[in-house]
Amino acid sequence: MTDLGPLIPRNREAHPDAYDPAYKTSVARSPYLPLLSMESGLSEETGPTFGHSKFGALDNNLILNWTKGAAPAVGERILMHGRVVDENNRAVPNTLVEIWQANAGGRYRHKKDTYLAPLDPNFGGCGRTLTDENGYYQFLTIRPGAYPWPNRGNDWRPMHIHISVYGHSFGQRLITQMYFEGDPLINHCPIAATIKNRSQLDRLVAPLDLASSRPLDFLAYKFDIVLRGRRQTMFENKLEGM
Amino acid sequence: MVQKLDTLVETPSQTAGPYVHIGLMPTYAGNAGYYDEEIGTSPIADGAKGEVIEIVGSVFDGTGWAMRDALLESWQPDASGKFAGQEGADPAVTGHCRFAADAETGEFTLRTVKPGKVAQRGGGFSAPHISVWICARGINIGLQTRIYFEDEDNSTDPLLARIEQRPRVDTLIAKKTADGKYRFDVRLQGEGETVFLDI
Ligand SMILES: [Fe+3]
Repeated sequence: MTDLGPLIPRNREAHPDAYDPAYKTSVARSPYLPLLSMESGLSEETGPTFGHSKFGALDNNLILNWTKGAAPAVGERILMHGRVVDENNRAVPNTLVEIWQANAGGRYRHKKDTYLAPLDPNFGGCGRTLTDENGYYQFLTIRPGAYPWPNRGNDWRPMHIHISVYGHSFGQRLITQMYFEGDPLINHCPIAATIKNRSQLDRLVAPLDLASSRPLDFLAYKFDIVLRGRRQTMFENKLEGM
Repeated sequence: MVQKLDTLVETPSQTAGPYVHIGLMPTYAGNAGYYDEEIGTSPIADGAKGEVIEIVGSVFDGTGWAMRDALLESWQPDASGKFAGQEGADPAVTGHCRFAADAETGEFTLRTVKPGKVAQRGGGFSAPHISVWICARGINIGLQTRIYFEDEDNSTDPLLARIEQRPRVDTLIAKKTADGKYRFDVRLQGEGETVFLDI
């Protein structure tokens, strides 16, 4: 195994701060003390791999996967698709992408969600897939509804899909959310606002992608993801045991 | 003006939210059977070499409350210090696990093999440890830490050596409670705050 070099240190400016009083739950769940920074080693540069054999044919089709194909979910049919690349703009092939979301009425199929919107008997709300050799992934799903949440007096989450990605190393691990172009609630959401740099937040807003939409079937939204990259090392510093 | 760099910026993180379990641990969320095979249910298969251990603990918020909704992931090498995919690694060790705080008690359990020491770039070894990543509602970007073991030699570990305030080293060390059993609590904030990593 050749040494691909250490991970590029995380640019914390691009991410939300841990402590953000407008998002009340973060107040008691944010470390006070600085993080300990260090160059990555094997613990961060290696990571789990997931074989194709684990995956079912409908795993990335949220319209059908809850009923195992028996009946489609209610809602606006959409294709969510994009590429996973690293900071060096290299495709991240064969990596696990998982999503979860509320149904068209804004309700999650989770034992703790008691929102008054009804559950859709045909919608579970999660999906997973591996990126292809070019880092490309896609999900067929329905557009999730906005939902209220207890924070300040009247806070609503914009329509969003939660996304989890691994990359090829544990240090690349990332969970984020995709928002939808044109949703007025984005500008009022304290969770979206934990990202202080507006151009960074804009990167989480998926544009409507008419060209990838299928006439008389679904609209498409494009969402590309950038994971941490590896620093190109100038030196021969082979890892022992690799 | 200068030449343009062509490096990209990492996609910003957002909290995993209160319903993270439906996406990552469907059975825990009450949706058993969603997938034929869930991901990360155990870091080891039968026949894994080494000592099988159990680590029990809680994730406490700044008020001292054991969080009921924390979701954790672990990543580790096998008993000889090799990660899955490396030459000679134990095929019965995937090294990856997802586990959650119990919704009633706030306590998690990780059952795995004790990892071996790991070779460092440029020579030397790190003491046996398990990498941990914690997410939950209110955590805006996943928190990274490590579990070391009190019954191992941690004296030359390069990461532990970097911790200036020596009493804080203790926050990364699992305490042995019985044969093969350890206790590891995480404190997000305040007194006894766990050392979190930016690696
Ligand atoms: Fe949500």
